[in-house]
Amino acid sequence: MLSPTRLLAMARKELIQLRRDPRSLALAFALPLILLILFGYAISWDVRDIRIAVLDQDRSAASRELVDAFRASGYFSLAGSLERSGAIEPLLERAGAQAVLVIPAGFERDLGAGRAPAVQAIVDGSDANTATIVLGYSEAVVRTWSSRIALQGRAVVPVVTAEPRVWFNEELASRNMIVPGLVAVIMMVIAAMLTSLTIAREWERGTMEQLAATPVSRVEVVLGKLLPYLVIGLVDVVASSVLGVLLFGVPFRGSAVLLMALSFFFLMGALGLGMFISAVARSQVLATQLAMVTTFLPTLLLSGFMFSIDAMPPVLQGLSYLIPARYFLVVTRGIFLKGVGFEVLKGQALLMMAFAAAGITLAVAKFRKELR
Amino acid sequence: MSPERIFEMVRKELRQVLRDVRMRGVLFVAPVIQLLIFGYAVSTDVRDTATFVIDADGSRESRDLVEAFTASGYFRVAGASRRPADLVRALDRGEAAVGLVIPAGFARDVRRGGPAKVQLLFDGTNSNVATVAMGYAGRIVQSWGMRIAPAQAPPGVELRARAWFNPDLNSRTYNVPAVVGAILVLVCLLLTALAIVREREIGTLEQLLVSPLTPGELILGKTIPFAAIGLVDLGLVTAVALYWFHVPFRGSALLLLLASLLYILSALGVGLYISTISRTQQEAFMAVFLVFMPTMLLSGFMFPVSSMPPVFRWLTLINPMRHYLEIVRGIFLKGAGAAALWKQLAALSLMGVGILWLAADRFRRRAAAG
Repeated sequence: MLSPTRLLAMARKELIQLRRDPRSLALAFALPLILLILFGYAISWDVRDIRIAVLDQDRSAASRELVDAFRASGYFSLAGSLERSGAIEPLLERAGAQAVLVIPAGFERDLGAGRAPAVQAIVDGSDANTATIVLGYSEAVVRTWSSRIALQGRAVVPVVTAEPRVWFNEELASRNMIVPGLVAVIMMVIAAMLTSLTIAREWERGTMEQLAATPVSRVEVVLGKLLPYLVIGLVDVVASSVLGVLLFGVPFRGSAVLLMALSFFFLMGALGLGMFISAVARSQVLATQLAMVTTFLPTLLLSGFMFSIDAMPPVLQGLSYLIPARYFLVVTRGIFLKGVGFEVLKGQALLMMAFAAAGITLAVAKFRKELR
Repeated sequence: MSPERIFEMVRKELRQVLRDVRMRGVLFVAPVIQLLIFGYAVSTDVRDTATFVIDADGSRESRDLVEAFTASGYFRVAGASRRPADLVRALDRGEAAVGLVIPAGFARDVRRGGPAKVQLLFDGTNSNVATVAMGYAGRIVQSWGMRIAPAQAPPGVELRARAWFNPDLNSRTYNVPAVVGAILVLVCLLLTALAIVREREIGTLEQLLVSPLTPGELILGKTIPFAAIGLVDLGLVTAVALYWFHVPFRGSALLLLLASLLYILSALGVGLYISTISRTQQEAFMAVFLVFMPTMLLSGFMFPVSSMPPVFRWLTLINPMRHYLEIVRGIFLKGAGAAALWKQLAALSLMGVGILWLAADRFRRRAAAG
């Protein structure tokens, strides 16, 4: 039977053990904040200062004007001008420029004659993501410049215009996408990291025998070990949320109470999962590897944190339903950016509870005090 | 230095690590699975974005425009309705990331020669998808308009775009070689970091210290097995990249092996260093994570180095993974040789040898102090 006294005694023992390892404890609080700062400051998908080299075979006023339009756009910086087309390949190969703009001879003449001249943009495609963006910007620069030239004197109204509007993250800052998502990812990893060693450690150090000699039950051991880490995890959630809002100006539009309540269930699940790993592994080396393989990479890749689940092949889309952070991510982004309440998130809330129940049940089922 | 004693130590270490069948699975099967998942999941291509359509016009033209959206492959219709409130609900719940609103009178305006307007709503919570989808949607609407009324298009400068090294701009060929770097560092770092702490925590380190092994032999015995495991993983993962993902391999395999060895050395050095400063495996595990995350983020793996602020761009220079990724991508995709990559190779050797020497020195002094 569950005895509160024994449970608290177990939690106290775990707490004392934690305090004896102050550097691990410090890391448990510092890691989320360090990661948040790193992600918030260093990481950005926004491409700026694209280094572009120019091969100007026309050398006319018009060609210089086009090059100026590239520079004035703010997206490009000139990485030099080339004399002959043979120089393009070595330049791209040693990454001396990300793109090369080729303006052919006769450019100004064609333009003056009302013919549509073509310019060429050659990009280094080895980074497909950046290359796509570079091409998009080049196209935009050429299009605006060309319409400024072509439309001089006559007004043309396009038949259809699209009026785009962005909701929830109006300025499309990647920061607003990353910070709430990161809270979910970090919590999953930290939680599993904290508990994945707790039981394996007892086995390795031989203290499991002492534990086996006490009257504590399996449920009491699991819950008692969980309790201190749950507190750490909740403090981490609060600290990273506050840091995200204060330092990075990420909006917080929903209810803090709801976030805490759902974090509680999510953490219970993740901590339980970590403990399950610990009970399975019995050795700390194996437990760390298992924890990394089962929590860190899947969470980072398949939760929709950075990579759109819509674009994944069906097998991985199916697999992503097994990643608890996928649901928690909907919760954090929903509460931070969209300001939605319980009625929208009740499906996720239910899943969080199911996850918590599953995590604890697995840990208790796999945990054996009996010695072999 | 006695080769025999080192050999015995390596054998003991390998036996200890590989004894457990689960450990063998984690070390040799998991990297392959990770690469498979990575290869398919890590893609910033925006495809099949869930789109909610409000077609208040219900005309042939409006259906044709929606058709142009889905035919592009970038969008799929996740729901349709005539009431704007449904769109709000779908965006709130995350059931759709894009909303396409075609107002009543759209067909009339188009037939009159414009201006007709459509409204596009983007869920900005995933700013990546929103930015890219916005570009695609704008282009689709524009080219649809040109198709309907071609006479309106003014003659202008045409941009012919070409991508070299990766003509179809497939992000997988760019990412898969880089995953090799991430997997290698994770495996080596974690194994080495725990190797010595583990002995210390269990109390067997003292036994090792009173054995005839010199500290130098001990370090070699603790690093060679993990370097070997790292190289086996390199072979496995490269094979998957080549034969499963058909990533082009244009350079020299020997150069790749050399660079990988240097890279593994620096990972082992960092792991060993963590091992000497940590007292418990828990601490070592967290320290590994503390090192691994910045290493991965500041390597240009998923986020281009060129769009980082200057301070972080400088920091990437002391990151072995950054140099390794440039080498790997150069060898795989561009067929670059030692002449083009000598800077990165020099940086890697400097770091590999430096870190390993530093860690070994520290360990020797700690061992001497007891």
